[in-house]
Amino acid sequence: MDASLFLNAIAAGILLGGFYAAVALGLSIVFGQLDIVNIAHPAFIVAGSYLVFALNGGFGLDPVIAGILLMPIFFAVGVLVYRVYYAAFERTGRESLAGLAFFFGLMFVIEVLFIIFYGVDYRLVEADYIGKQIEIGLVGIPWRMLVPFCAALVMTGAIYLFLSRTFLGRAILAVSQDRLALQLMGADPVKIKQIAFGIGIATAALAGALLIMIGPVEPTIGRLYIGRIFAIIVLGGMGSIPGTLVAALIIGLSESIVTTYIGPSWAPTVAFGFLLITLAVRPQGLFGRL
Amino acid sequence: MRFFRQLVLAIAALAVVVAYSPQVSAQSGKPIKIGFSMALTGVLGAGGKSALIAMEIWRDDVNKKGGLLGRPVELVYYDDATTPAKVPAIYTKLLNVDKVDLVVSSYGTDVIAPAMPIVMRSGKVFLGLFGLDVNHKFKYDRYFQIMPAGPNPAQDWSRGFFDIAKEKGLKSVAIAGADAEFAQNAVKGARANAKQDGLNIVYDKSFPPSTADFTPILRAIQATNPDIIYFGSYPANSVGIVKAANELGLKAKLVGGGMVGLQFAAIMKNLGPGLNNLVNYDFWVPAKTLKFPGIDEFLKKYQAAAAGKGVDLLGHYLPPWAYAYMQVLGQSVEATKSLDDKKLAEYIHKTTFNTVVGPVKFGKNGEWATSRALMIQFRGVKANNLDQFKMEGTRVVLKPDTVKSGDIMFPYKQ
Repeated sequence: MDASLFLNAIAAGILLGGFYAAVALGLSIVFGQLDIVNIAHPAFIVAGSYLVFALNGGFGLDPVIAGILLMPIFFAVGVLVYRVYYAAFERTGRESLAGLAFFFGLMFVIEVLFIIFYGVDYRLVEADYIGKQIEIGLVGIPWRMLVPFCAALVMTGAIYLFLSRTFLGRAILAVSQDRLALQLMGADPVKIKQIAFGIGIATAALAGALLIMIGPVEPTIGRLYIGRIFAIIVLGGMGSIPGTLVAALIIGLSESIVTTYIGPSWAPTVAFGFLLITLAVRPQGLFGRL
Repeated sequence: MRFFRQLVLAIAALAVVVAYSPQVSAQSGKPIKIGFSMALTGVLGAGGKSALIAMEIWRDDVNKKGGLLGRPVELVYYDDATTPAKVPAIYTKLLNVDKVDLVVSSYGTDVIAPAMPIVMRSGKVFLGLFGLDVNHKFKYDRYFQIMPAGPNPAQDWSRGFFDIAKEKGLKSVAIAGADAEFAQNAVKGARANAKQDGLNIVYDKSFPPSTADFTPILRAIQATNPDIIYFGSYPANSVGIVKAANELGLKAKLVGGGMVGLQFAAIMKNLGPGLNNLVNYDFWVPAKTLKFPGIDEFLKKYQAAAAGKGVDLLGHYLPPWAYAYMQVLGQSVEATKSLDDKKLAEYIHKTTFNTVVGPVKFGKNGEWATSRALMIQFRGVKANNLDQFKMEGTRVVLKPDTVKSGDIMFPYKQ
């Protein structure tokens, strides 16, 4: 076996997995912990990509910095969306089907808005490091993939620490486990959930920045990621942040290794096959609890 | 609260309705309705929307001259979102509900093929816009395809690429194509050409169109050490391939082939020098050998219409052909003084049409009688400069010899 080819396949898989983790993180909170099937999450990611494109093209801002700057705005939008969702559906217990229709409609609205304002042409960003790579021994690492990987790790670590070490974070974990108990502790579950939803949407801003660094975007490109994102969340264990990261790395690694040694068209089959086997053996996912 | 909930659902429903509603250009009198689906969103949305602008320019040009048969022309179209499953329903509605007089196709193989059974049942003449080898199995004698891929489209499409390889004495080839209709047709032709030329195929695999990172694919190809690498890819794939190829310093003597997207202004501008020395298909580029009557005037109109609409600003790739397939239809209606599909089909089969893309003559299977698929090479491309692509020189025509504008810079990279 060619050592260089193998090591590069591993490196590419890890970098790709990091990117997948960033894309799945927000939905892991919203779907995994709050049980809200926000099918519009990839559309929010694409919205992040377009706004990063505007900041990159208009002000020359680095895509990652632009993504970070957009996070508070996305947080506020997330809070607002949750308020509407809660008032219209969750409060009356109609969130299952009507809520899904709401997010489906929201996805259309976001896509159509970007088609109206930006058209359907492909959009890309520029940064000095895009197109270059560093060589470490036999392994070549493109900056275009390394920067998203590092940003994803930092974001995942920060979310994990927030959820596990702060009162608010623990309250978010608690609301997903026992809403009534949380109320008895004097916390307002609706406020906690709207903050959690806001955080989930805020991650989409940075994920959007990473998406447009890796490749061109058009308004509907988010749909390509829906299946992969849900697979990662389920594989990792619903709502588990470390689980999401590990599952994303597994999917990224399996795709890269299968692509290198068997063929790219087998990559999704093997990745989803791995998901099925895992669920058969461990239905709660890798890090989930029953 | 009930009202609020209903309002939210109504807005969501309205968005869906708006997205799928027919868009009819207002005309007076008894218009001739030309119906089609178009990829206005989705993977091919960027190209489809620029095609629509070209078709609207044609409609306006025709109506200014008094229309067809003295009647104004009206375009009736729906967005197929580059989704093949939506296409049959759209053409059924166009034919049975909107009662259009004539039909033309959407942009791209994937959305033309699903329309064929519906159109064939109605016996309509069907003008196709960039469908690769769609009629191979249907064998419909009223189908005409404007892309100049030639009588054996799957193979003729990449023939120029393999002719270059043959002239340079190259021996081995790697072939990689996206798992979708067009790309698979493209690599099928490439495979046939490679076998015909006795090349050793060292890599021949497909990849999912949703592939995010092409580095592992290119490394696997590199490990087979091919002289030639032929890609059949869609725009997002093509960008990923070019970026990964430059990052890892892909070594091969001839690289490119059937990469869609490397003809689009925004993508060419962003990739800049990363494109240099790639050899890829195209159908029209600024070159003295391709200056046809009307092309400059058309591009001027297109570029004015496209500004600020978020579509391809140059309009070199698809728009001239979208204009040309409407010219073929319009000239046929005027010449036969009829909307009768039998008469129109007979006329199209026997006529050479003068269009903005030059003389167009269709063969028996509805494809161009002779191939004029270009193989161009990117040369001396600089960073972040769109204007350079408006002039001759950054895309040199290598094949076919009849319209050649320069010699190849060889090899791609060593």
